[in-house]
Amino acid sequence: MNKKSASFFNKKQTGPGLLIRRKEFIQLGSLATASLMMPKFLKALENQAAVPAGNKVVVVLQLSGGNDGLNTVIPVRNDLYYKLRPGLGIQKNKTLSLTDEVALHPSLSALKGLYDEGNMAILNNVGYPNPDRSHFRSMDIWHSASQSSEYWNNGWIGRYLDAQCHGCDKPTQALEVDDVLSLALKGEQNNALAVKDPRRLFGTSNEKYFREINKTGGGDHHDEKPVDYLYKTLAETMSSADYIFKQSRLHPSSATYPNTELGSGLKTIASLIFSDINTKVYYISLGSFDTHVGQDAQQGRLFTQMSEAIKAFTDDLKKNGRMEDVLLFTFSEFGRRVAQNASNGTDHGTANNMFLISGGLKQKGILNAMPDLEDLNQGDLKYNIDFKSVYATVLEKWLAADSSKILKARYNTMDFI
Amino acid sequence: MAVSNQTKNQHLLWRAGFGPAVEQLQDLEKYTPQEYYRALVKASAKEPGYINIASDELLNLYETYLTPAKRAALTADDRRILNRKQQAAVKDLNLYWLKEMIGSSAQLREKMAYFWHGHFASRNGNLFYNQLFLHTLRKNALGDFRTLLKEVSRSASMLYFLNNQQNKKGHPNENFAREVMELFTLGRGHYTENDIKEGARAFTGWTANARGEFVFNKKQHDEGVKNFLGKKGNFNGEEVLDIILEKRQTATFITEKIYRFFVNDTIDKDLVQSLSESFYKDYDIGRLMERIFTAEWFYTEKNIGARIKSPIELLAGIQRMIPMRLDNDNALMNLQRILGQQLLYPPNVAGWPGGRSWIDSSTLMMRLRIPQLFNDKDLLNVKPKQDDDVMMGRKADGMANVPVKPAAKKVPKPVAGAGLINAKIDWPQYVAKFEKVKREALFPSISAYLFQVNAGKIDTVAAKFVDSSDRAAYIRSVTIQLMSTPEYQLC
Repeated sequence: MNKKSASFFNKKQTGPGLLIRRKEFIQLGSLATASLMMPKFLKALENQAAVPAGNKVVVVLQLSGGNDGLNTVIPVRNDLYYKLRPGLGIQKNKTLSLTDEVALHPSLSALKGLYDEGNMAILNNVGYPNPDRSHFRSMDIWHSASQSSEYWNNGWIGRYLDAQCHGCDKPTQALEVDDVLSLALKGEQNNALAVKDPRRLFGTSNEKYFREINKTGGGDHHDEKPVDYLYKTLAETMSSADYIFKQSRLHPSSATYPNTELGSGLKTIASLIFSDINTKVYYISLGSFDTHVGQDAQQGRLFTQMSEAIKAFTDDLKKNGRMEDVLLFTFSEFGRRVAQNASNGTDHGTANNMFLISGGLKQKGILNAMPDLEDLNQGDLKYNIDFKSVYATVLEKWLAADSSKILKARYNTMDFI
Repeated sequence: MAVSNQTKNQHLLWRAGFGPAVEQLQDLEKYTPQEYYRALVKASAKEPGYINIASDELLNLYETYLTPAKRAALTADDRRILNRKQQAAVKDLNLYWLKEMIGSSAQLREKMAYFWHGHFASRNGNLFYNQLFLHTLRKNALGDFRTLLKEVSRSASMLYFLNNQQNKKGHPNENFAREVMELFTLGRGHYTENDIKEGARAFTGWTANARGEFVFNKKQHDEGVKNFLGKKGNFNGEEVLDIILEKRQTATFITEKIYRFFVNDTIDKDLVQSLSESFYKDYDIGRLMERIFTAEWFYTEKNIGARIKSPIELLAGIQRMIPMRLDNDNALMNLQRILGQQLLYPPNVAGWPGGRSWIDSSTLMMRLRIPQLFNDKDLLNVKPKQDDDVMMGRKADGMANVPVKPAAKKVPKPVAGAGLINAKIDWPQYVAKFEKVKREALFPSISAYLFQVNAGKIDTVAAKFVDSSDRAAYIRSVTIQLMSTPEYQLC
């Protein structure tokens, strides 16, 4: 606070002697204690898949902040790339080579491995018409799957949930591994759940007071008034939290994951995939890729985290015989400008690439042409695949859902699955 | 069932302000809602002071950058420093305004400004544009809608947010014209794509300078004849706004939105029709609000407790009832973000959708925990999502990754930004208000102050969880328990 505002902020100050002795409110401070009394996760049952093969699952990995696609999937034979990025272009001999022309960022070794064994595909030039370079707005568009001139209050996975969860009591068909729910997972009728740690969600919602409140709410409400909606949400949260927690303990992954948020998030996802939970879509984010300054170190650090976590996750899936059933794809709200800026970083751009990872891909490798660096729109890449086509493909071909209803338009599907 | 005078007054204070304040508790039965409304109008009558939170340092820095020669000499690092200072200042402005909502007696004005902030939803990284814009909203909050619309349309904040600096003769950018009609005045379906094109031509050359002053760039203005909403002429932007205001639909659209926000999500068509007919005659916002807040139908059971509090209403309302000092501003920012409403940072030009969309499992659990977090010095062990628009790739400075609080009852050291709310609640002031209430009447009395809906069942549950060790502890724990309920989310 600066001085001018400080005087205002102090206006209503109360005296220093007003601190509350904490023990007076002991009943209220017990949120965390319930979770500590939970028994430890059961030891994993080695190599035993609870759910038979064929139960398809999608994992969406959001690269927040606008990842620089050109330093991710690198056109190592393109002079323009090196010309426009004299300090930032990554020399061919440092990269992980995929083809004569194309290589991966040096920190993506796990992805190089997945590519070599035929479990990865790359889509280039994915974007949407009239791109918006604001993180917030562009992410909004990716989440809602609206046109860039439209403002939708709900997201594509949320609407998938609506389609899957007619009057169901637990909206667990889609889960976000986070504290806060993204727009992508908010539907018209239903919201998915955000769960960072199943044990903690269970602990909070298990708090005795909330349990008792929840019990009063059932009875005579009819989901018409706002209060009924609140109680319905509370009841769903509690019942889903119980369900997710129990499922996460059924076949917890015994594999070692890197000690990062993404690592533990993917471990949670793996444990749930190995259970017989009804979740079809998992959502998790990594960031921030907003590399205006000193891009090299920051992107490298994030890619290392990403690569290590994906390695642990895909190894785990393979070991448990589920690699064919899981499709992990990455996206970012936009790519970055082709030319580097004055701070060895890159500014907000447009079209970008996506990684598709699964043992069940029908097309592998690099699926379409690399970006044309000679044909730019004011220094930005032109898109030629609408991301909504990727969503439509995943919804139709992987989740057997009616994509036109969920996306509110008919988009062409592709053949990678 | 007859609604008590107290409940009616609380209803008014929640809708025309941010809820009853602790100072008002003993008066809530004494006066009529009409008397309360007159007092609210009186307290809001004075023109609000201009909020200027810019430090001299930031102001000087910004001024330096306005000199073309010096601007040309700027390095990327200079710009970044200025941007960061601006971002921090926009956050200060957010918190300053929130404190106004909590502490000001001009409740009606701040509430109306808050409504217009959601209606004319603009987001901008420039502190000075934000300050000017906020002043426009507060100054005209209860005045002439015509003036408000025109000042918003000429504001640097909105013109830049909707790209009108790129709207030039021969190279139109239609964003601004589209949103003026779709979101600010007529609503979808009451204009054509051609009206947008023609309207955009009229707004060509409208932009602002670095000081946030409106600039009409004559060279970039399209002087040609436009066909707009059935009229023909070489209209300028001002005239286009007048044509829009001539349409009855504009009055209807605004009245409907006001009704949904202040009265009930479910529209009563006849009421809205009659309200909008009067509104159309003068576009006088104050008069429209008076017609609503002094009407008998406003105080019927159907409308009381029918709304889900927005995050800002919830956060302000708790702090009006139990006055507190918060040392950790970051925590208050993070709560706004976790709950899904950050002042001066609407999700897009359509504003916050409101109503049921405030609630999902995460936000509901968080809302239920907030009174306890304020009271308990508990840790806020929930992280808001990173905001790349503001963070520019830096590590989130607001929150460390705080683990679930251990069972041991150590009071953690207040570390700035570490997720500790660290509220100092002025309980004696609150507890004193109940001095004359008999012990057995305390519970129902507190319940009546806090709830706008029937909460008989919840009272029974909460009663099992209160601390009866002494009178003050009892009052405090009943209050916190009752605030931690679904019923308290309603107003």
